[in-house]
Amino acid sequence: MSTLSLAVRDSSTMLRRNLLHARRYPSLTLNLLLTPVMLLLLFVYVFGDTMSAGIGGGGADRSAYVAYIVPGILLMTIGSTTVGTAVSVSNDMTEGIIARFRTMAIHRGSVIVGHVVGSVIQSVASVVVVGAVGLAIGFRSTDATVLEWVAAFGLLVLFATALTWIAVGMGLVSPNAEAASNNALPLILLPLLSSAFVPLDAMPGWFRPIAEYQPFTPAIETLRGLLLGTGIGHHGWLALAWCLGLAVLGHRWSAARFDAEPK
Amino acid sequence: MTDAAITAHDLRKSYGDTTVLDGIDLTVPRGTIFSLLGPNGAGKTTVVKILSTLIQPGPGSGPIRVGGHDLAADPQAVRAAIGVTGQFSAVDGLITGEENMLLMADLHHLPKREGRRVAAGLLERFDLTEAARKPASTYSGGMKRRLDIAMTLVGDPRIIFLDEPTTGLDPRSRHSMWQIIRALVADGVTVFLTTQYLEEADELADRIAVLNDGTIAAEGTAEELKRLVPGGHVRLRFTDPAAYRRASAALGEVHRDDDALALQIPSGGSQRELHALLGRLDALGVEADELTVHTPDLDDVFFALTGDAVIPGQAKETAR
Repeated sequence: MSTLSLAVRDSSTMLRRNLLHARRYPSLTLNLLLTPVMLLLLFVYVFGDTMSAGIGGGGADRSAYVAYIVPGILLMTIGSTTVGTAVSVSNDMTEGIIARFRTMAIHRGSVIVGHVVGSVIQSVASVVVVGAVGLAIGFRSTDATVLEWVAAFGLLVLFATALTWIAVGMGLVSPNAEAASNNALPLILLPLLSSAFVPLDAMPGWFRPIAEYQPFTPAIETLRGLLLGTGIGHHGWLALAWCLGLAVLGHRWSAARFDAEPK
Repeated sequence: MTDAAITAHDLRKSYGDTTVLDGIDLTVPRGTIFSLLGPNGAGKTTVVKILSTLIQPGPGSGPIRVGGHDLAADPQAVRAAIGVTGQFSAVDGLITGEENMLLMADLHHLPKREGRRVAAGLLERFDLTEAARKPASTYSGGMKRRLDIAMTLVGDPRIIFLDEPTTGLDPRSRHSMWQIIRALVADGVTVFLTTQYLEEADELADRIAVLNDGTIAAEGTAEELKRLVPGGHVRLRFTDPAAYRRASAALGEVHRDDDALALQIPSGGSQRELHALLGRLDALGVEADELTVHTPDLDDVFFALTGDAVIPGQAKETAR
Protein backbone atom coordinates (compact mmCIF):
# COMPACT_ATOMS: atom_id res chain seq x y z
CA MET A 1 0.00 0.00 0.00
CA SER A 2 1.41 3.41 -0.89
CA THR A 3 2.09 5.92 1.86
CA LEU A 4 -0.68 8.20 0.66
CA SER A 5 -3.38 5.56 0.49
CA LEU A 6 -2.24 4.22 3.87
CA ALA A 7 -2.52 7.75 5.26
CA VAL A 8 -6.00 8.25 3.81
CA ARG A 9 -7.23 4.86 4.96
CA ASP A 10 -5.90 5.12 8.53
CA SER A 11 -6.98 8.73 8.87
CA SER A 12 -10.52 7.88 7.84
CA THR A 13 -10.53 5.02 10.37
CA MET A 14 -9.44 7.48 13.06
CA LEU A 15 -12.05 9.97 11.82
CA ARG A 16 -14.75 7.31 12.23
CA ARG A 17 -13.53 6.71 15.77
CA ASN A 18 -13.75 10.41 16.63
CA LEU A 19 -17.17 10.84 15.06
CA LEU A 20 -18.32 7.81 17.05
CA HIS A 21 -17.10 9.52 20.22
CA ALA A 22 -18.89 12.74 19.29
CA ARG A 23 -22.12 10.88 18.48
CA ARG A 24 -21.96 8.77 21.66
CA TYR A 25 -21.19 11.75 23.90
CA PRO A 26 -22.79 14.82 22.29
CA SER A 27 -23.03 16.76 25.57
CA LEU A 28 -19.63 18.45 25.18
CA THR A 29 -20.43 19.70 21.67
CA LEU A 30 -23.91 20.82 22.71
CA ASN A 31 -22.60 22.65 25.79
CA LEU A 32 -20.17 24.54 23.62
CA LEU A 33 -23.04 25.60 21.36
CA LEU A 34 -24.82 27.23 24.27
CA THR A 35 -22.44 30.18 24.61
CA PRO A 36 -22.77 31.59 21.07
CA VAL A 37 -26.53 30.97 20.96
CA MET A 38 -27.05 32.66 24.33
CA LEU A 39 -24.90 35.62 23.38
CA LEU A 40 -26.79 35.96 20.12
CA LEU A 41 -30.16 36.01 21.86
CA LEU A 42 -28.89 38.27 24.66
CA PHE A 43 -27.45 40.88 22.34
CA VAL A 44 -30.42 40.86 20.00
CA TYR A 45 -33.35 40.68 22.43
CA VAL A 46 -31.93 42.35 25.54
CA PHE A 47 -29.36 44.85 24.28
CA GLY A 48 -30.64 44.91 20.71
CA ASP A 49 -32.38 48.30 20.68
CA THR A 50 -29.42 50.13 22.16
CA MET A 51 -26.93 48.29 20.01
CA SER A 52 -28.91 49.02 16.83
CA ALA A 53 -29.06 52.70 17.64
CA GLY A 54 -25.34 52.59 18.49
CA ILE A 55 -24.18 51.16 15.18
CA GLY A 56 -26.18 53.80 13.38
CA GLY A 57 -28.52 51.22 11.91
CA GLY A 58 -31.19 53.86 11.43
CA GLY A 59 -33.12 54.20 14.67
CA ALA A 60 -34.15 51.47 17.02
CA ASP A 61 -34.52 48.74 14.42
CA ARG A 62 -33.36 45.46 15.80
CA SER A 63 -33.04 43.75 12.40
CA ALA A 64 -30.04 45.90 11.49
CA TYR A 65 -28.25 44.62 14.55
CA VAL A 66 -29.25 41.00 13.83
CA ALA A 67 -27.58 41.36 10.45
CA TYR A 68 -24.51 42.90 12.06
CA ILE A 69 -24.03 40.36 14.82
CA VAL A 70 -24.72 36.99 13.09
CA PRO A 71 -21.43 36.75 11.11
CA GLY A 72 -19.46 37.40 14.30
CA ILE A 73 -21.48 34.84 16.21
CA LEU A 74 -20.85 32.22 13.49
CA LEU A 75 -17.09 32.63 13.81
CA MET A 76 -17.39 32.68 17.56
CA THR A 77 -19.17 29.32 17.28
CA ILE A 78 -16.09 27.92 15.57
CA GLY A 79 -13.91 29.32 18.36
CA SER A 80 -15.92 27.67 21.09
CA THR A 81 -16.30 24.35 19.24
CA THR A 82 -12.53 24.10 18.93
CA VAL A 83 -12.21 24.46 22.71
CA GLY A 84 -13.93 21.09 22.72
CA THR A 85 -11.25 19.83 20.33
CA ALA A 86 -8.47 20.83 22.73
CA VAL A 87 -10.28 19.08 25.59
CA SER A 88 -10.95 15.87 23.69
CA VAL A 89 -7.43 15.67 22.25
CA SER A 90 -5.95 16.12 25.71
CA ASN A 91 -8.33 13.49 27.10
CA ASP A 92 -7.50 11.13 24.30
CA MET A 93 -3.75 11.42 24.84
CA THR A 94 -4.10 10.17 28.40
CA GLU A 95 -5.77 6.98 27.13
CA GLY A 96 -3.74 3.82 26.81
CA ILE A 97 -5.07 3.27 23.31
CA ILE A 98 -2.85 6.07 21.97
CA ALA A 99 0.21 4.09 23.11
CA ARG A 100 -1.26 1.11 21.28
CA PHE A 101 -1.64 3.16 18.08
CA ARG A 102 2.00 4.20 18.36
CA THR A 103 3.12 0.56 18.39
CA MET A 104 1.04 -0.35 15.34
CA ALA A 105 2.15 -0.22 11.73
CA ILE A 106 -0.26 2.57 10.86
CA HIS A 107 0.22 6.01 9.36
CA ARG A 108 1.64 7.99 12.25
CA GLY A 109 -0.19 11.23 11.64
CA SER A 110 -3.57 9.55 11.25
CA VAL A 111 -4.49 9.94 14.94
CA ILE A 112 -4.15 13.72 14.69
CA VAL A 113 -5.63 14.04 11.22
CA GLY A 114 -8.66 12.08 12.44
CA HIS A 115 -9.11 14.59 15.24
CA VAL A 116 -8.72 17.57 12.92
CA VAL A 117 -11.15 16.39 10.25
CA GLY A 118 -13.66 15.27 12.90
CA SER A 119 -13.43 18.60 14.64
CA VAL A 120 -13.86 20.60 11.43
CA ILE A 121 -16.98 18.56 10.65
CA GLN A 122 -18.30 19.30 14.13
CA SER A 123 -17.52 23.01 13.71
CA VAL A 124 -19.40 23.15 10.43
CA ALA A 125 -22.35 21.30 11.98
CA SER A 126 -22.35 23.79 14.89
CA VAL A 127 -22.19 26.73 12.48
CA VAL A 128 -25.22 25.31 10.65
CA VAL A 129 -27.17 25.02 13.91
CA VAL A 130 -26.29 28.54 15.07
CA GLY A 131 -26.89 29.86 11.55
CA ALA A 132 -30.36 28.32 11.67
CA VAL A 133 -31.04 30.16 14.94
CA GLY A 134 -29.84 33.34 13.22
CA LEU A 135 -32.23 32.77 10.31
CA ALA A 136 -35.05 32.05 12.76
CA ILE A 137 -34.60 35.42 14.48
CA GLY A 138 -34.55 37.30 11.21
CA PHE A 139 -31.06 37.24 9.70
CA ARG A 140 -31.13 37.61 5.90
CA SER A 141 -28.26 38.08 3.51
CA THR A 142 -28.26 41.17 1.32
CA ASP A 143 -28.16 40.12 -2.34
CA ALA A 144 -25.40 37.54 -1.81
CA THR A 145 -24.68 35.59 -4.99
CA VAL A 146 -24.15 31.83 -5.08
CA LEU A 147 -20.45 32.48 -5.47
CA GLU A 148 -20.45 34.66 -2.36
CA TRP A 149 -22.29 31.98 -0.40
CA VAL A 150 -19.73 29.40 -1.52
CA ALA A 151 -16.90 31.76 -0.59
CA ALA A 152 -18.52 32.36 2.81
CA PHE A 153 -18.78 28.63 3.40
CA GLY A 154 -15.17 28.17 2.29
CA LEU A 155 -14.05 30.89 4.70
CA LEU A 156 -15.86 29.19 7.59
CA VAL A 157 -14.27 25.82 6.78
CA LEU A 158 -10.82 27.36 6.39
CA PHE A 159 -11.15 29.28 9.63
CA ALA A 160 -12.37 26.15 11.42
CA THR A 161 -9.39 24.19 10.06
CA ALA A 162 -6.92 26.84 11.22
CA LEU A 163 -8.34 27.11 14.74
CA THR A 164 -8.64 23.32 14.99
CA TRP A 165 -4.94 22.79 14.28
CA ILE A 166 -4.10 25.33 16.98
CA ALA A 167 -6.56 23.69 19.37
CA VAL A 168 -5.02 20.26 18.70
CA GLY A 169 -1.62 21.68 19.64
CA MET A 170 -3.15 23.16 22.81
CA GLY A 171 -4.67 19.78 23.62
CA LEU A 172 -1.36 17.99 23.07
CA VAL A 173 0.56 20.24 25.47
CA SER A 174 -2.13 20.03 28.16
CA PRO A 175 -1.68 17.26 30.72
CA ASN A 176 -5.43 16.99 31.41
CA ALA A 177 -8.85 18.24 30.34
CA GLU A 178 -8.92 21.15 32.82
CA ALA A 179 -5.57 22.45 31.60
CA ALA A 180 -6.74 22.06 28.00
CA SER A 181 -9.87 24.11 28.55
CA ASN A 182 -7.79 26.80 30.30
CA ASN A 183 -5.19 26.85 27.54
CA ALA A 184 -7.93 27.16 24.94
CA LEU A 185 -9.48 30.19 26.61
CA PRO A 186 -8.14 32.64 23.97
CA LEU A 187 -10.38 30.89 21.43
CA ILE A 188 -13.39 32.10 23.43
CA LEU A 189 -12.00 35.48 24.51
CA LEU A 190 -10.69 36.70 21.15
CA PRO A 191 -14.12 37.02 19.50
CA LEU A 192 -15.25 39.19 22.43
CA LEU A 193 -12.35 41.53 21.61
CA SER A 194 -13.22 41.68 17.92
CA SER A 195 -15.69 43.52 15.74
CA ALA A 196 -18.28 40.79 16.42
CA PHE A 197 -20.52 42.94 18.61
CA VAL A 198 -19.39 46.51 18.01
CA PRO A 199 -17.80 48.09 14.91
CA LEU A 200 -14.12 48.93 15.10
CA ASP A 201 -14.68 52.68 14.81
CA ALA A 202 -16.87 52.61 17.93
CA MET A 203 -13.88 51.38 19.97
CA PRO A 204 -11.36 53.61 21.78
CA GLY A 205 -8.42 54.49 19.58
CA TRP A 206 -5.76 52.64 21.58
CA PHE A 207 -7.76 49.43 21.44
CA ARG A 208 -8.65 49.54 17.76
CA PRO A 209 -5.40 48.04 16.37
CA ILE A 210 -5.65 45.14 18.83
CA ALA A 211 -9.15 44.37 17.67
CA GLU A 212 -8.44 44.99 14.02
CA TYR A 213 -5.43 42.76 13.52
CA GLN A 214 -6.33 39.73 15.62
CA PRO A 215 -7.55 36.70 13.64
CA PHE A 216 -11.27 37.04 14.30
CA THR A 217 -11.93 40.57 13.08
CA PRO A 218 -10.66 40.12 9.50
CA ALA A 219 -12.60 36.87 9.21
CA ILE A 220 -15.77 38.51 10.59
CA GLU A 221 -15.45 41.52 8.30
CA THR A 222 -14.86 39.26 5.30
CA LEU A 223 -17.92 37.17 6.13
CA ARG A 224 -20.00 40.35 6.55
CA GLY A 225 -18.77 41.60 3.23
CA LEU A 226 -19.69 38.35 1.49
CA LEU A 227 -23.16 38.02 3.04
CA LEU A 228 -24.18 41.64 3.56
CA GLY A 229 -22.32 43.44 0.81
CA THR A 230 -20.31 45.65 3.17
CA GLY A 231 -16.77 46.57 2.16
CA ILE A 232 -14.17 43.83 2.62
CA GLY A 233 -11.06 45.82 1.80
CA HIS A 234 -7.83 44.52 3.23
CA HIS A 235 -9.72 42.23 5.61
CA GLY A 236 -10.00 39.52 2.97
CA TRP A 237 -6.26 39.09 2.56
CA LEU A 238 -5.70 39.46 6.24
CA ALA A 239 -8.24 36.73 7.00
CA LEU A 240 -6.68 34.40 4.43
CA ALA A 241 -3.19 35.06 5.81
CA TRP A 242 -4.31 34.41 9.37
CA CYS A 243 -6.04 31.17 8.40
CA LEU A 244 -3.09 29.80 6.46
CA GLY A 245 -0.59 31.01 9.05
CA LEU A 246 -2.45 29.49 11.98
CA ALA A 247 -3.07 26.23 10.12
CA VAL A 248 0.61 25.80 9.23
CA LEU A 249 1.77 26.84 12.69
CA GLY A 250 -0.75 24.56 14.41
CA HIS A 251 0.16 21.67 12.12
CA ARG A 252 3.91 22.02 12.80
CA TRP A 253 3.32 22.42 16.51
CA SER A 254 0.98 19.43 16.76
CA ALA A 255 3.22 17.18 14.69
CA ALA A 256 6.25 18.06 16.82
CA ARG A 257 4.36 17.46 20.05
CA PHE A 258 2.89 14.16 18.88
CA ASP A 259 6.28 12.90 17.72
CA ALA A 260 7.92 13.88 21.00
CA GLU A 261 8.79 10.85 23.08
CA PRO A 262 5.95 9.95 25.44
CA LYS A 263 6.87 9.88 29.10
CA MET B 1 18.25 -15.41 9.83
CA THR B 2 18.71 -16.43 13.43
CA ASP B 3 15.95 -18.22 15.26
CA ALA B 4 15.76 -15.52 17.92
CA ALA B 5 12.59 -13.44 17.96
CA ILE B 6 14.14 -10.65 19.98
CA THR B 7 17.76 -9.74 20.53
CA ALA B 8 19.08 -6.68 22.27
CA HIS B 9 22.63 -5.89 23.20
CA ASP B 10 23.82 -3.44 25.82
CA LEU B 11 20.43 -1.76 26.07
CA ARG B 12 20.63 1.59 27.84
CA LYS B 13 18.22 4.32 28.81
CA SER B 14 18.33 7.22 31.17
CA TYR B 15 16.11 10.17 31.96
CA GLY B 16 18.25 13.11 32.98
CA ASP B 17 20.60 11.88 35.66
CA THR B 18 18.51 8.81 36.42
CA THR B 19 19.77 5.65 34.78
CA VAL B 20 16.87 3.31 34.17
CA LEU B 21 18.63 0.64 32.09
CA ASP B 22 22.33 0.21 32.55
CA GLY B 23 23.32 -2.06 29.67
CA ILE B 24 21.24 -5.22 29.44
CA ASP B 25 21.45 -8.10 26.95
CA LEU B 26 18.40 -10.06 25.92
CA THR B 27 17.83 -13.03 23.62
CA VAL B 28 14.39 -14.52 23.23
CA PRO B 29 14.10 -17.65 21.06
CA ARG B 30 11.07 -17.95 18.78
CA GLY B 31 7.99 -19.62 20.16
CA THR B 32 8.97 -19.30 23.81
CA ILE B 33 7.78 -17.32 26.79
CA PHE B 34 10.45 -15.03 28.17
CA SER B 35 9.78 -13.35 31.46
CA LEU B 36 11.40 -10.20 32.69
CA LEU B 37 10.98 -10.33 36.43
CA GLY B 38 11.62 -7.45 38.74
CA PRO B 39 10.25 -5.23 41.47
CA ASN B 40 8.39 -2.00 40.74
CA GLY B 41 10.67 0.59 39.21
CA ALA B 42 13.26 -1.94 38.03
CA GLY B 43 12.90 -0.78 34.42
CA LYS B 44 10.68 -3.56 33.04
CA THR B 45 8.23 -1.23 31.36
CA THR B 46 11.07 0.81 29.88
CA VAL B 47 12.42 -2.35 28.21
CA VAL B 48 8.99 -3.11 26.73
CA LYS B 49 8.57 0.48 25.55
CA ILE B 50 11.92 0.39 23.76
CA LEU B 51 11.43 -3.04 22.19
CA SER B 52 7.93 -2.06 21.02
CA THR B 53 9.21 1.16 19.35
CA LEU B 54 7.33 3.41 21.76
CA ILE B 55 10.51 5.14 22.94
CA GLN B 56 14.06 5.33 21.59
CA PRO B 57 16.86 3.31 23.16
CA GLY B 58 19.38 5.48 24.98
CA PRO B 59 22.67 6.53 23.34
CA GLY B 60 25.34 3.84 23.44
CA SER B 61 22.83 0.99 23.16
CA GLY B 62 23.78 -1.90 20.89
CA PRO B 63 21.70 -3.10 17.94
CA ILE B 64 18.18 -4.37 18.60
CA ARG B 65 16.39 -6.87 16.37
CA VAL B 66 12.74 -7.74 16.76
CA GLY B 67 11.03 -10.25 14.49
CA GLY B 68 14.06 -10.25 12.19
CA HIS B 69 13.97 -6.48 11.67
CA ASP B 70 16.42 -3.86 12.84
CA LEU B 71 14.51 -1.66 15.27
CA ALA B 72 16.38 1.53 14.48
CA ALA B 73 16.37 1.10 10.69
CA ASP B 74 12.84 -0.19 10.17
CA PRO B 75 10.57 0.49 13.15
CA GLN B 76 7.48 0.17 10.95
CA ALA B 77 8.40 -3.44 10.05
CA VAL B 78 8.90 -4.18 13.74
CA ARG B 79 5.47 -2.69 14.48
CA ALA B 80 3.91 -4.93 11.85
CA ALA B 81 5.40 -8.00 13.55
CA ILE B 82 4.45 -7.27 17.15
CA GLY B 83 1.44 -6.86 19.37
CA VAL B 84 1.59 -4.95 22.63
CA THR B 85 -0.60 -5.11 25.69
CA GLY B 86 0.60 -2.46 28.06
CA GLN B 87 0.34 -2.16 31.78
CA PHE B 88 -2.54 0.27 31.55
CA SER B 89 -5.37 -0.96 29.47
CA ALA B 90 -5.03 0.14 25.88
CA VAL B 91 -8.72 0.02 25.05
CA ASP B 92 -10.94 2.90 23.99
CA GLY B 93 -13.33 3.20 26.92
CA LEU B 94 -15.78 5.46 25.07
CA ILE B 95 -16.76 2.86 22.49
CA THR B 96 -17.98 -0.72 22.83
CA GLY B 97 -15.83 -3.82 22.97
CA GLU B 98 -16.96 -4.79 19.49
CA GLU B 99 -16.20 -1.33 18.10
CA ASN B 100 -12.74 -1.55 19.67
CA MET B 101 -12.18 -4.85 17.85
CA LEU B 102 -13.45 -3.50 14.53
CA LEU B 103 -11.22 -0.44 14.96
CA MET B 104 -8.23 -2.78 15.21
CA ALA B 105 -9.42 -4.75 12.18
CA ASP B 106 -9.64 -1.51 10.17
CA LEU B 107 -6.18 -0.42 11.29
CA HIS B 108 -4.81 -3.79 10.21
CA HIS B 109 -6.50 -3.18 6.84
CA LEU B 110 -8.56 -6.36 6.97
CA PRO B 111 -11.41 -6.49 4.48
CA LYS B 112 -14.76 -5.61 6.13
CA ARG B 113 -16.11 -9.15 6.19
CA GLU B 114 -12.90 -10.73 7.46
CA GLY B 115 -12.59 -8.00 10.09
CA ARG B 116 -16.05 -8.84 11.42
CA ARG B 117 -15.24 -12.55 11.43
CA VAL B 118 -11.93 -12.10 13.27
CA ALA B 119 -13.49 -9.68 15.78
CA ALA B 120 -16.41 -12.00 16.52
CA GLY B 121 -14.09 -15.00 16.84
CA LEU B 122 -11.77 -13.29 19.32
CA LEU B 123 -14.64 -11.86 21.35
CA GLU B 124 -16.02 -15.38 21.58
CA ARG B 125 -12.62 -16.86 22.48
CA PHE B 126 -12.13 -14.36 25.29
CA ASP B 127 -15.65 -14.75 26.61
CA LEU B 128 -16.68 -11.20 25.73
CA THR B 129 -19.50 -11.87 23.28
CA GLU B 130 -22.16 -11.00 25.84
CA ALA B 131 -20.54 -7.67 26.72
CA ALA B 132 -19.54 -6.85 23.14
CA ARG B 133 -22.18 -4.13 22.71
CA LYS B 134 -21.41 -2.36 25.98
CA PRO B 135 -18.97 0.54 26.34
CA ALA B 136 -15.54 -0.78 27.33
CA SER B 137 -15.40 1.69 30.23
CA THR B 138 -18.08 -0.38 31.99
CA TYR B 139 -15.96 -3.57 31.88
CA SER B 140 -14.37 -5.11 34.97
CA GLY B 141 -10.58 -5.17 35.28
CA GLY B 142 -10.36 -8.74 34.04
CA MET B 143 -12.68 -8.08 31.08
CA LYS B 144 -10.72 -4.99 30.07
CA ARG B 145 -7.49 -6.98 30.15
CA ARG B 146 -9.08 -9.73 28.03
CA LEU B 147 -10.37 -7.18 25.53
CA ASP B 148 -6.92 -5.63 25.51
CA ILE B 149 -5.30 -8.95 24.55
CA ALA B 150 -8.05 -9.72 22.05
CA MET B 151 -7.32 -6.38 20.36
CA THR B 152 -3.62 -7.20 20.32
CA LEU B 153 -4.36 -10.48 18.55
CA VAL B 154 -6.40 -8.98 15.70
CA GLY B 155 -3.34 -8.56 13.50
CA ASP B 156 -2.14 -12.10 14.30
CA PRO B 157 1.24 -10.87 15.63
CA ARG B 158 4.05 -13.41 15.94
CA ILE B 159 5.64 -11.60 18.88
CA ILE B 160 3.55 -10.34 21.77
CA PHE B 161 4.65 -8.05 24.57
CA LEU B 162 2.64 -8.37 27.75
CA ASP B 163 3.56 -5.76 30.33
CA GLU B 164 2.37 -6.97 33.74
CA PRO B 165 -0.73 -8.59 32.28
CA THR B 166 -2.10 -9.77 35.62
CA THR B 167 -1.27 -6.85 37.91
CA GLY B 168 -4.42 -5.85 39.74
CA LEU B 169 -6.44 -8.88 38.67
CA ASP B 170 -8.26 -11.17 41.08
CA PRO B 171 -7.00 -14.77 41.36
CA ARG B 172 -9.61 -16.20 39.00
CA SER B 173 -8.90 -13.63 36.29
CA ARG B 174 -5.20 -14.19 36.79
CA HIS B 175 -5.55 -17.91 36.16
CA SER B 176 -7.66 -17.34 33.08
CA MET B 177 -4.99 -14.92 31.83
CA TRP B 178 -2.36 -17.62 32.35
CA GLN B 179 -4.37 -20.05 30.28
CA ILE B 180 -4.66 -17.45 27.54
CA ILE B 181 -0.89 -16.90 27.54
CA ARG B 182 -0.17 -20.64 27.39
CA ALA B 183 -2.56 -20.98 24.48
CA LEU B 184 -0.74 -18.21 22.60
CA VAL B 185 2.55 -20.04 22.78
CA ALA B 186 0.89 -23.26 21.71
CA ASP B 187 0.13 -21.37 18.48
CA GLY B 188 3.84 -20.68 18.01
CA VAL B 189 3.76 -17.09 19.18
CA THR B 190 6.71 -15.62 21.08
CA VAL B 191 5.69 -13.96 24.32
CA PHE B 192 7.75 -11.33 26.13
CA LEU B 193 6.20 -11.06 29.56
CA THR B 194 7.03 -8.72 32.40
CA THR B 195 5.83 -9.48 35.86
CA GLN B 196 6.52 -8.72 39.48
CA TYR B 197 5.01 -12.04 40.51
CA LEU B 198 7.54 -14.81 40.96
CA GLU B 199 4.83 -17.41 40.82
CA GLU B 200 3.74 -16.14 37.44
CA ALA B 201 7.21 -16.32 35.94
CA ASP B 202 7.64 -19.81 37.42
CA GLU B 203 4.26 -20.94 35.99
CA LEU B 204 4.67 -19.58 32.49
CA ALA B 205 8.17 -18.72 31.43
CA ASP B 206 10.68 -20.87 29.56
CA ARG B 207 13.37 -18.44 30.53
CA ILE B 208 13.45 -15.79 33.20
CA ALA B 209 15.66 -12.75 33.55
CA VAL B 210 15.69 -10.98 36.89
CA LEU B 211 15.93 -7.23 36.36
CA ASN B 212 17.07 -5.17 39.28
CA ASP B 213 18.30 -1.58 39.29
CA GLY B 214 18.61 -1.49 35.52
CA THR B 215 20.76 -4.59 35.14
CA ILE B 216 20.04 -8.27 34.69
CA ALA B 217 20.86 -9.84 38.04
CA ALA B 218 20.44 -13.41 36.76
CA GLU B 219 19.02 -15.26 33.80
CA GLY B 220 18.04 -18.85 33.16
CA THR B 221 15.22 -21.34 33.47
CA ALA B 222 13.29 -21.35 36.72
CA GLU B 223 15.19 -24.50 37.75
CA GLU B 224 18.56 -22.96 36.97
CA LEU B 225 17.75 -19.88 38.98
CA LYS B 226 16.58 -21.92 41.93
CA ARG B 227 19.91 -23.74 41.98
CA LEU B 228 21.66 -20.40 42.44
CA VAL B 229 20.64 -20.06 46.03
CA PRO B 230 20.55 -22.37 49.00
CA GLY B 231 17.29 -22.29 50.89
CA GLY B 232 15.98 -25.86 50.88
CA HIS B 233 14.78 -27.29 54.14
CA VAL B 234 12.81 -30.12 55.69
CA ARG B 235 9.89 -29.18 57.86
CA LEU B 236 8.76 -31.47 60.65
CA ARG B 237 5.48 -30.88 62.43
CA PHE B 238 4.47 -32.44 65.71
CA THR B 239 1.24 -32.68 67.66
CA ASP B 240 2.85 -33.88 70.89
CA PRO B 241 4.66 -30.95 72.62
CA ALA B 242 6.95 -33.35 74.45
CA ALA B 243 8.10 -34.99 71.22
CA TYR B 244 8.56 -31.52 69.70
CA ARG B 245 10.83 -30.41 72.58
CA ARG B 246 12.89 -33.59 72.50
CA ALA B 247 13.42 -33.43 68.73
CA SER B 248 14.24 -29.76 68.94
CA ALA B 249 16.84 -30.32 71.66
CA ALA B 250 18.43 -33.28 69.88
CA LEU B 251 18.62 -31.71 66.39
CA GLY B 252 20.34 -28.56 67.58
CA GLU B 253 20.76 -25.99 64.77
CA VAL B 254 17.16 -25.72 63.59
CA HIS B 255 14.56 -23.01 63.13
CA ARG B 256 11.78 -23.44 65.69
CA ASP B 257 8.16 -22.49 65.32
CA ASP B 258 6.82 -23.01 68.83
CA ASP B 259 3.24 -22.06 67.98
CA ALA B 260 2.91 -24.61 65.22
CA LEU B 261 5.18 -27.15 66.92
CA ALA B 262 7.22 -27.26 63.73
CA LEU B 263 10.94 -27.47 63.05
CA GLN B 264 12.80 -26.38 59.91
CA ILE B 265 16.02 -28.24 59.24
CA PRO B 266 18.28 -26.93 56.46
CA SER B 267 18.59 -29.64 53.83
CA GLY B 268 19.13 -30.06 50.14
CA GLY B 269 16.33 -32.64 50.13
CA SER B 270 18.43 -35.52 48.80
CA GLN B 271 17.64 -39.11 49.70
CA ARG B 272 20.83 -39.44 51.74
CA GLU B 273 20.12 -36.33 53.82
CA LEU B 274 16.51 -37.39 54.45
CA HIS B 275 17.68 -40.86 55.43
CA ALA B 276 20.11 -39.44 57.97
CA LEU B 277 17.47 -37.18 59.47
CA LEU B 278 14.92 -39.96 59.76
CA GLY B 279 17.59 -42.18 61.35
CA ARG B 280 18.21 -39.59 64.07
CA LEU B 281 14.50 -39.25 64.76
CA ASP B 282 14.16 -43.04 65.00
CA ALA B 283 17.10 -43.19 67.39
CA LEU B 284 15.39 -40.59 69.60
CA GLY B 285 12.19 -42.56 69.43
CA VAL B 286 10.10 -39.55 68.33
CA GLU B 287 7.70 -39.53 65.49
CA ALA B 288 6.84 -36.42 63.48
CA ASP B 289 3.23 -36.15 62.39
CA GLU B 290 4.09 -34.46 59.14
CA LEU B 291 7.25 -34.19 57.05
CA THR B 292 7.59 -31.88 54.06
CA VAL B 293 10.58 -31.17 51.85
CA HIS B 294 10.94 -27.60 50.57
CA THR B 295 13.19 -26.94 47.61
CA PRO B 296 14.21 -23.30 47.12
CA ASP B 297 11.62 -21.39 45.13
CA LEU B 298 11.92 -18.25 43.05
CA ASP B 299 11.09 -16.18 46.11
CA ASP B 300 14.39 -17.22 47.61
CA VAL B 301 16.21 -16.48 44.38
CA PHE B 302 14.51 -13.17 43.94
CA PHE B 303 15.19 -11.86 47.39
CA ALA B 304 18.75 -13.12 47.32
CA LEU B 305 19.41 -11.44 43.98
CA THR B 306 17.62 -8.17 44.60
CA GLY B 307 19.40 -7.77 47.91
CA ASP B 308 16.39 -7.90 50.20
CA ALA B 309 16.83 -9.96 53.33
CA VAL B 310 15.02 -13.29 53.26
CA ILE B 311 12.59 -13.51 56.10
CA PRO B 312 11.63 -17.19 56.32
CA GLY B 313 7.97 -17.81 55.95
CA GLN B 314 7.27 -14.21 54.99
CA ALA B 315 8.85 -14.11 51.59
CA LYS B 316 5.88 -15.94 50.15
CA GLU B 317 3.33 -13.53 51.57
CA THR B 318 5.14 -10.52 50.13
CA ALA B 319 5.08 -12.11 46.75
CA ARG B 320 1.34 -12.71 46.77
